[in-house]
Amino acid sequence: MKIIIVGNGMVGFKLCEKLVAKSTKSLDLIVFGEEMRPAYDRVHLSEFFNGKSAEELQLAPSSWYADKGIELIIGDPILEIDRKAKSVRSYLGRVAYYDYLILATGSAAFVPPIPGVEKAGVFIYRTIEDLVLMQSWAPKAKTGAVIGGGLLGLEAAKAMIDLGVCDTHVIEFAPRLMPRQIDDAGSSLLQGKLESLGLTIHTSKNTQEILGESAISGMQFQDESILPVDMLVISAGIKPRDELARACGLEVGPRGGIVVNQYMQTSDHHILAIGECALYEGMIYGLVAPGYDMAEAAVSTLLGLEKTFQGFDMSTKLKLIGVDVASFGDPFVTGNDAHTIVFEDRNKGIYKRVNISPDGKELLGGILIGDADQYNMLLQTCKNKVVLPPNPEDILLGARGGEHDGGAGVTSLPDEAVICSCEAVSKGDISSHVLEGAATLDDIKKCCKAGTGCGGCVPMVKDIINHTLKAQGIYVRNVICEHFEFSRQELMDLIRLHDLRSYDEVLTVHGQGDGCETCKPLVASILASLWNELILDKGNDTAQDSNDRFLANIQKGGTYSVVPRIPGGEITPDKLIVIGQVAKEFNLYTKITGGQRIDLFGAHLSDLPTIWEQLIAAGFESGHAYGKALRTVKSCVGSTWCRFGLHDSVSFAIQIEERYRGIRAPHKIKGGVSGCIRECAEAQSKDFGIIATEKGWNLHVCGNGGSKPQHALLLASDLDSETCIRYIDRFLMFYIKTADPLTRTATWLNKLEGGMDYLRNVVVNDSLGLGAELETEMQSLVDNYVCEWKAAVENPAFRKRFSHFVNAPEEKDPTVQFDELREQKMAKAWK
Amino acid sequence: MVDTMNDKWIHACSVQDVPENGGVCVKVADLQIALFHFKRRGEWYATQNECPHRHQMALSRGMIGSQGDEPKVACPFHKKTFSLKTGECLSGDECAIKTYQVRVDDDQVFLSITDDEL
Repeated sequence: MKIIIVGNGMVGFKLCEKLVAKSTKSLDLIVFGEEMRPAYDRVHLSEFFNGKSAEELQLAPSSWYADKGIELIIGDPILEIDRKAKSVRSYLGRVAYYDYLILATGSAAFVPPIPGVEKAGVFIYRTIEDLVLMQSWAPKAKTGAVIGGGLLGLEAAKAMIDLGVCDTHVIEFAPRLMPRQIDDAGSSLLQGKLESLGLTIHTSKNTQEILGESAISGMQFQDESILPVDMLVISAGIKPRDELARACGLEVGPRGGIVVNQYMQTSDHHILAIGECALYEGMIYGLVAPGYDMAEAAVSTLLGLEKTFQGFDMSTKLKLIGVDVASFGDPFVTGNDAHTIVFEDRNKGIYKRVNISPDGKELLGGILIGDADQYNMLLQTCKNKVVLPPNPEDILLGARGGEHDGGAGVTSLPDEAVICSCEAVSKGDISSHVLEGAATLDDIKKCCKAGTGCGGCVPMVKDIINHTLKAQGIYVRNVICEHFEFSRQELMDLIRLHDLRSYDEVLTVHGQGDGCETCKPLVASILASLWNELILDKGNDTAQDSNDRFLANIQKGGTYSVVPRIPGGEITPDKLIVIGQVAKEFNLYTKITGGQRIDLFGAHLSDLPTIWEQLIAAGFESGHAYGKALRTVKSCVGSTWCRFGLHDSVSFAIQIEERYRGIRAPHKIKGGVSGCIRECAEAQSKDFGIIATEKGWNLHVCGNGGSKPQHALLLASDLDSETCIRYIDRFLMFYIKTADPLTRTATWLNKLEGGMDYLRNVVVNDSLGLGAELETEMQSLVDNYVCEWKAAVENPAFRKRFSHFVNAPEEKDPTVQFDELREQKMAKAWK
Repeated sequence: MVDTMNDKWIHACSVQDVPENGGVCVKVADLQIALFHFKRRGEWYATQNECPHRHQMALSRGMIGSQGDEPKVACPFHKKTFSLKTGECLSGDECAIKTYQVRVDDDQVFLSITDDEL
């Protein structure tokens, strides 16, 4: 059977993948794509600006097509279909014959007929080429605008911010953002959130003309107002690419789109159409999931299988500039057909609405803004018509209280519930794979691809795995990896009990197999937390992650960065000069870090010992920026200089940083000390934060910045310095002993049963009677401290390991390359 | 171990130069080769030093281990893992790395490299 696919976008690619997977006979398959590259991930296009390369966005390399026997012709659009001869002709004059032709031509950006759209600086947002054009224009632009406040428009606005256009405006014709997905209240909350992130939003605005000579200089609106801008992206919707179909006489819709039936057949049954160019029951589906479903239906038609396309739920969940937005089912239904429950928290920026049937039994649809964790659960409840609890508001508020068993939800779903909508995998499919032996997320990903698309269903997939295993009477434990059948805490106890000192011993005594990149650094960290011996000794160096193994942070290109400790951020002019001299001598890029110290980037592996020798001679020590260890204790200048300062915050910060330096933990630890309530050291965003009061110090714990910022909570007030340190000793040691691997203190506290009250009881009231033990353990770590770098440079055997070539130690890696940036160097971009 | 006509045994370093259960990078003309001493299994392995994911010369600095019975190395950059035996990517990607044969003779380590690679 000769098959030709026109279009190599995401849906066209999915069709290839499914055809290859399902066909039992060999296929004669040709794919024509008009773009210069094979199919790529258009959903995550904006990540191109965050450093993802075009190659990485690619769904499969050209070799994949060749391996599967598919002839892929890119950069050569089809110009004509001859339905009589059953052939196509391309721009470069290729003629190919088909038994079946599939049109997966997608859509183009809809550009409204506004005078001036042809001016330079006006872009559309559709392909990687569009992005490259935007990228080269953006450095000249100060003010940018996007026409269109829908899904794609807001994505484009994010792209502009990523490109450095700080003053970005969104122009929406309708009275609210995302008019098709969310209601007025949700929209107004979303608008507030986006504005707080720096976007300016204009609604009910109709663009009349684009101003400027040859390049855009501003926009004029119907209300006669003018907005000066020097860059514009139009994202006002899509129009199906149906021109080929139209020219060969296939039936198309009045407003475009190739008419198809449930078999994806067009009015000529030898021609099928799928994706955004296809019009099914008067509707164009502008999302990728329904496109994939159409691809599946088309494969069925071609191979004589049963699956047809039955329309698709347009429920969607996405993160817009860091804000969760989701809508499912019928988000708008009101009046006699539905009762609406709304939860709104303007303080946290959360809006949730669910529509339930008037008898309170069925979930009809809803909207989630600011927090969409419940999306999957609600979507499945809605789709499968699961009977609601007696108090339907529990589905929103139950989870919010933190007492709801997040995993219990999946048990109420029927087996038909589609869990992964990207790959159309049902709960029943996943359970049966688990019963057949796929017991981990990776196993499931391999055998049915669930969770490999957008990844949104991964938490539910994990829950289903655990529930299925539990239902089989299998005790589900939080084990480290295939080599250790223990949790971190259990293994730590065993290592202490048996007094083990090296990774190899631990593996021999308590593990199986030969270890891996999960258990090696974990065990190495436990060993360091227990004994605080030199991490490069006893063969433990090769169990360390690269950063710990070479006592520096590996960076793009394979060079390392060097961070000397600058306790409390206090440094003498002489030491500053030494840092400058070292940076000059070894040609290092220098930057002030967020933790009040100086990072030196771009050091060759073989230069590290000499660099450190010089730094150590000037009185510096390792800053442990490479380790899951104490990083910095940030301070404000405090009472020594500041007219508001209550106590000497710098001295206290130095004392504390020097106490805990080098201590290994499940994750990095940061601290802060502020000299008064103005909190200039931002101590409340740290794992432990100390703030001066009239009477002493307030101690806050378990805060962090990062992707999910969380403020530290008050543990104890008005402490004297000695008690404050005692409490930090107990707190840190308790964390080190009980936290899961790679868990910051904030996440650890969130999972700790009893939360802050429990932690306060353990640390302040000594409810477990562990206080003295925790303090002794901490004191032994403190007493065992040595500077790792000093030990490394003084030991010739260790020193020898810092070379790139074992057989040419004096040579540097010739592939390391740098670019110039503002009179310094930077790493060459990823290839 | 097959010793074909075109293979050359090239001296890399001595056994003591390679950390136990870890790797080093060997320079052979313009090639960079990652050499691993898997002491736990009593085995030696060699692969290309470049990780095919981001084209970084880094595999020799990666952690080695096993997945089931398959010996593997994890790239320090993004933890893609590769079989030390076949070079196949074990993290589900379609990229593979080249592997080379290793011979240890009297405390000295040799690599087998075909002429056309040099």
